[in-house]
Amino acid sequence: MKTFDKRLEVKIKGINLKNPVMTASGTFGYGEEFSDFMDLSDLGGIIVKGTTGTHREGNPYPRMAETPSGMLNAVGLQNKGVDVFCETVYDRIKSYDTNIVVNVSGSTIEEYVEVAEKINALEKIPAIELNISCPNVKKGGMGFGTDCLMASQVVEAVRKVYHKTLIVKLSPNVTNIVEIAKSVEGAGADSLSLINTLLGMAIDAEKRKPLLSTITGGLSGPAVKPVALRCVWQVAKNTKLPIIGLGGIMNATDAIEFILAGATAIQIGTANFIDPAISSKIVAGLSEYLDRHNLKSFDDIRGII
Amino acid sequence: MKKYCKDFVVVENIALTPTFFRLTLQYPEKLPEINPGQFVEVLIKEGADVLLRRPISIHDVDEDKNQILLLVQIVGKGTQALSKIQSGQSLNLVFPLGSGFPLRGEKVLLVGGGCGVAPLMHLSRAFNNIGIKPDCLIGCRNQEQLFSTKEYSDLSNLHIATEDGSCGIRGLVTNHPILDKKFDTIYTCGPTPMMKAIAKEALKRNIPCYVSLENTMACGVGACLCCVVDTKEGHKCTCTEGPVFLSTDLKDF
Ligand SMILES: Cc1cc2nc3c(=O)[nH]c(=O)nc-3n(C[C@H](O)[C@H](O)[C@H](O)COP(=O)(O)OP(=O)(O)OC[C@H]3O[C@@H](n4cnc5c(N)ncnc54)[C@H](O)[C@@H]3O)c2cc1C
Ligand SMILES: Cc1cc2nc3c(=O)[nH]c(=O)nc-3n(C[C@H](O)[C@H](O)[C@H](O)COP(=O)(O)O)c2cc1C
Ligand code: FES
Repeated sequence: MKTFDKRLEVKIKGINLKNPVMTASGTFGYGEEFSDFMDLSDLGGIIVKGTTGTHREGNPYPRMAETPSGMLNAVGLQNKGVDVFCETVYDRIKSYDTNIVVNVSGSTIEEYVEVAEKINALEKIPAIELNISCPNVKKGGMGFGTDCLMASQVVEAVRKVYHKTLIVKLSPNVTNIVEIAKSVEGAGADSLSLINTLLGMAIDAEKRKPLLSTITGGLSGPAVKPVALRCVWQVAKNTKLPIIGLGGIMNATDAIEFILAGATAIQIGTANFIDPAISSKIVAGLSEYLDRHNLKSFDDIRGII
Repeated sequence: MKKYCKDFVVVENIALTPTFFRLTLQYPEKLPEINPGQFVEVLIKEGADVLLRRPISIHDVDEDKNQILLLVQIVGKGTQALSKIQSGQSLNLVFPLGSGFPLRGEKVLLVGGGCGVAPLMHLSRAFNNIGIKPDCLIGCRNQEQLFSTKEYSDLSNLHIATEDGSCGIRGLVTNHPILDKKFDTIYTCGPTPMMKAIAKEALKRNIPCYVSLENTMACGVGACLCCVVDTKEGHKCTCTEGPVFLSTDLKDF
């Protein structure tokens, strides 16, 4: 049997992670897509694709454009809906030796509640990540994550039906992320993950056309890391909830910067596209950092900035 | 099919025209089975500020030497940087990706234009291996843009259409009389307008036509859903369910 570095274990309200490294929703499929490249049990957790009440086709092609040190996407929550997840996908992935977290999305409070309730019934899913920050859908999505009242209403409603660990994923597209974080904390969230993508756009000057079918899309990758670090740091200083930091993490050093800013765990997104085994390499990099700095765990340096 | 993420060593980088180059890449182990029409995702580490890997078709495979060949057209900063790579340097690939061309029928026509001619070499070889010599039709602007005609002729009956008539017939591939021969299947890869025109000709003649799409991709493994094409059954991933599709399954064809 494989042994894991005990020093890396962390807890997020009710769930134990064997290490702080999770993969970000929408960038790692259902995990299966990456099993040829790495041992999925190396991971602290896998956050699967955004799941909605019913099947969604998502936005038209083109949905992706590379930008300096980053990429824009406008996938628009394409997924087969929560019932297909529960009936077929769940059976395929439930035996992975890691925490499988479902990213729950919707257009209305009722839709979020319906999805959360159905996922609550799945024994092997210890947590959901409520996505109130998707910039790529016309209705709902980011709308819930950019308004304190709407954010707390949707979290409260989901809290009533969801009895396991409730993570809420915040949008950086706000003037004051601390206000939103506090509303969500007050509404009963167990943990916060931040950040989702930044709203951006790209234009082809020669063709005089936008590069995305939706004109605007979500920016991710190294370009967003400074914004993500700032958000994590501000929220860590002003709420008591454990934070999962993400945005532009490409290697173990980036991950450690998020821990120093106050994150309990981290997620890897766009980096999975460049090196499909990067998440497991980052786990190894974290152990190596502890060795090199003679630390017993990251508890001694978490949030010291 | 199992996928790999591994370093290859560049054996040779040949400029075929001012904008096309061919890389011969050595795999350090026994190559896994690769189907014609499958592609790789190339990591471009040096010489350009590119973040994502670039999808490139597998041009040909030398199973005895464990080498694969890529045929690349310089269109932007990634392909420009890749054109500078030298023999001895390593190149990291995720491979083999996508589903590839199904081998159907005995009388088959392969139609390529631009960098779309790339996968047709491996496809021709696959047909040769089962005792079928395909017809291959290549279209380009003029004679200067033609390359590898000997290699294509070795594996197929080669037909050429140039826009200025400097080689083969004058005109577009759709003007070529070979299209009027009786075929069981047509395969095409190239610029979208060309593939659409060929698919239309195939449909008129009631011949199944497989097209190979070049949608922009981020992950190449079916995880990001960036590469979708609109099919009669909704959005499908070009990287896992394609890049080869039956033209009549696609909405815009
Ligand atoms: C499955 C598949 C197989 C391919 N096989 C080959 C091949 O064998 N040989 C080859 O030369 N090219 C092939 N391509 C196209 C190749 O991926 C692009 O040309 C390349 O990604 C461009 O990168 P760049 O950094 O040079 O261009 P960028 O700087 O990213 O862009 C420059 C210009 O190229 C265009 N472009 C960018 N990406 C693509 C794309 N995916 N398809 C078409 N145009 C694009 C853009 O519109 C832009 O105007 C394939 C694409 C796919 C999806
Ligand atoms: C192609 C793509 C699809 C995404 N889909 C989702 C999604 O369904 N739900 C979600 O909460 N976030 C989604 N995200 C956002 C990521 O989970 C992550 O928050 C963001 O990309 C920033 O992290 P990164 O810079 O490490 O990629 C998506 C991102 C990308 C690039
Ligand atoms: S490129 Fe990511 S799903 Fe096809």
